[in-house]
Amino acid sequence: MKNVQKWGRTWGPLLAIALVAIALLVVAPAVLSPFRLNNLGKYVCWAIAGVGIGLAWGRGGMLVMGQGVFFGLGGYAMAMHLKLEASMATGGPDAVPDFMVLYGDGTMPGWWEPFRSGPFTLFAIVVVPAVVAAILGFAIFKRRVKGAYFAILTQALAVAFATLLIATIQQTGGFNGLNQFTLFFGYNLYDPVNKKMIYSIAAAVLVVCLVVVWQLYRSRFGELLVATRDAEERVRFLGHDPANIKLAAFVVAAVMASIGGALFTPITGIISPSDVDATASIFLIAGVALGGRALLLGPALGAIAVGFGQTTLSESFPDQWTYGLGLLFIIVILCFPAGLGNAWSQVTTRFRRSEAVS
Amino acid sequence: MLHSRTRLATGTVLALTAALSLSACGGTKSGEKSAVESCVDTSGDSIELGFLNSTSGAMAISEQTVRDSLSMAAEEINADGGILGKEIKFVEEDGASDPAIFAEKIEKLLTGDCVAAVFGGWTSASRKAMLPVVEANNGLLFYPVQYEGLEASKNIYYTGATTNQQIIPAMDFLKTKGVKTLFLAGSDYVFPRTANKIIKQYAAELGIKIVGEEYVPLDDDDWTTQVAKIVAAKPDFVFNTINGSSNVGFIKAYYEQGLTAAETPIISVSIAEEEAPAMGKDVTGQYAAWNYFQSVKSPVNDTFIKAFQDKYGKDRPTSDPMEAAYTSLYLYKNLVEKAESFDVDKINDAADGVSFDAPEGTVTIDGENHHIAKTGLIGQINSDNQFDVVWSSETPIEPDPFLKGYAWWDPSKK
Repeated sequence: MKNVQKWGRTWGPLLAIALVAIALLVVAPAVLSPFRLNNLGKYVCWAIAGVGIGLAWGRGGMLVMGQGVFFGLGGYAMAMHLKLEASMATGGPDAVPDFMVLYGDGTMPGWWEPFRSGPFTLFAIVVVPAVVAAILGFAIFKRRVKGAYFAILTQALAVAFATLLIATIQQTGGFNGLNQFTLFFGYNLYDPVNKKMIYSIAAAVLVVCLVVVWQLYRSRFGELLVATRDAEERVRFLGHDPANIKLAAFVVAAVMASIGGALFTPITGIISPSDVDATASIFLIAGVALGGRALLLGPALGAIAVGFGQTTLSESFPDQWTYGLGLLFIIVILCFPAGLGNAWSQVTTRFRRSEAVS
Repeated sequence: MLHSRTRLATGTVLALTAALSLSACGGTKSGEKSAVESCVDTSGDSIELGFLNSTSGAMAISEQTVRDSLSMAAEEINADGGILGKEIKFVEEDGASDPAIFAEKIEKLLTGDCVAAVFGGWTSASRKAMLPVVEANNGLLFYPVQYEGLEASKNIYYTGATTNQQIIPAMDFLKTKGVKTLFLAGSDYVFPRTANKIIKQYAAELGIKIVGEEYVPLDDDDWTTQVAKIVAAKPDFVFNTINGSSNVGFIKAYYEQGLTAAETPIISVSIAEEEAPAMGKDVTGQYAAWNYFQSVKSPVNDTFIKAFQDKYGKDRPTSDPMEAAYTSLYLYKNLVEKAESFDVDKINDAADGVSFDAPEGTVTIDGENHHIAKTGLIGQINSDNQFDVVWSSETPIEPDPFLKGYAWWDPSKK
């Protein structure tokens, strides 16, 4: 019995990740129509960001309410490259994105220039959010800002980011965002075969992210992160600097959100401030809360479930669906505050407790 | 030992993932575009159309009115025998005021529900998001709102005004009023930015001086400092390109700082019959540029207003975007019946010259740019929050989305 438990603890998570991988990479492409598969791809992008939120919030206790910012950094970096790729395909190597001609004076700001290169874009998608998160995190955690103050700060950041995007219409497309892409690193973006390929990349990235956080949870760092969440002062007394531990988790979460955003852009064909603002950030949090923030698979499956719920409900009840989704959240949070993934253990504990009492 | 075994297993899962995702990478390079097959079913005695408007989110209040008039047009057409004898069945979707959702839903409508055409969209952001999808699937979209122009797609029909049918007539009107100085106030958004770019270039041509230009973010209601600049600049007229609810804050600040319709009148391009009573102030005497007003005198308009109010209530006004949406469904019917087919390419071939006796007057499709010829109107708000038409272009203005026919227009000039 003890051996089985030990075996389960070591291999169980890996088995679960493998099952997710098979479901996303083998089953889904076989049974879903191209349109539904593309929808699933969108939820997978939210799930990638969700895995990072699970790490920062579920394990690290940092309620990151502004992950839309990092989702947006990745999404816009990719969008800038795709926009330039589309412009260069029709207008030659020096072409300028159409909206800069339509709404501006037809000159391209210098910081757009490096995004003509695909490898640079991929580099920027990882490095830019990491640097931003590191600077921000350093300033926040060294000052020991935490709890509600941290949540409000990150939320405000998302609001500021969206406002900045809307205000800089000549550089970022403003409220319209960036859209009308045609190519994805040379591949036609609207060919069903290529759409399937992009979906597969997103699904594979999600699996990799799950493996990464699983390894982090098993490591000394994972133990320290949970310890910091539960008793930050004690960790400090033991000689660790909680700021560094939290900073590392915050940076990893930011990079994951950015990668999610970068894949979101080719899958939906558009990125706009409404995909990265405060509401979008809360939407990301909601999926993680629903699935179970401290679990390995909870955030990812929760994000996919919320995306699926949004699409299905809005298709069936185009006029009232928002109420339905809201009600669903209230019920889940009321009944299972630790998320649906914990529902089973919560029910069995309660059952056992009532048995013990009687 | 155990550790190295888990490492091996981790490696296996990752390798498997890589292999699986690579196996899906038999992508086709650009150029070899796979042919788009239409899945529209035209064999039955009904035809499916998609209505895609925001029924939730910030734009719901405006887009719901478009949904209402589309539903009414569909009922009328069905009562009259349908399109090519086929009954219209419509699939409704919510764009949720989010461009990415619009892109998702139009793909669902075109490839999942296989609708013959989609009607809807309001913000330019939503249209820009739908454009690549509708082009990739060779579908049809009817877009019913006045917009900033500079666009033409073979898969979109624009039944609202482009700039030369709304902005330029408004400037012509200001010239007839002897306006010398003009102040521009707008939301920080594509439409106001583009409109003001056109206004500035045309103003230079007309000899009107621009004495100020102010923008406020879309959802911002605080116009206090900007209105103070208007008070200081004392312009003859204010050109208002503010979108949506931000107008309420602007109008509030305008009256509170002592400006009046008699001294410093406003001409707006987004305040219509729906919005005028919602401004929180008496806006009698202010102006608006549109292509339709409820007050337009014609038998067709009387019938339209009566049908709309019988269906949705006596207190519901009719306005330009809802009229353009109503017109778009009838234009689609006429397009299909001229082409004798629901096929997109055949419809496009037959498009030039297709017309409809709309409530605003007769409108005609330009086969080249897919916009429609519309009459430019200027209305002045009366005490019933209706518009008295004070100026008209008399004849329909041919659509010119890229302003090719205007020598003063230079898109590269700031």
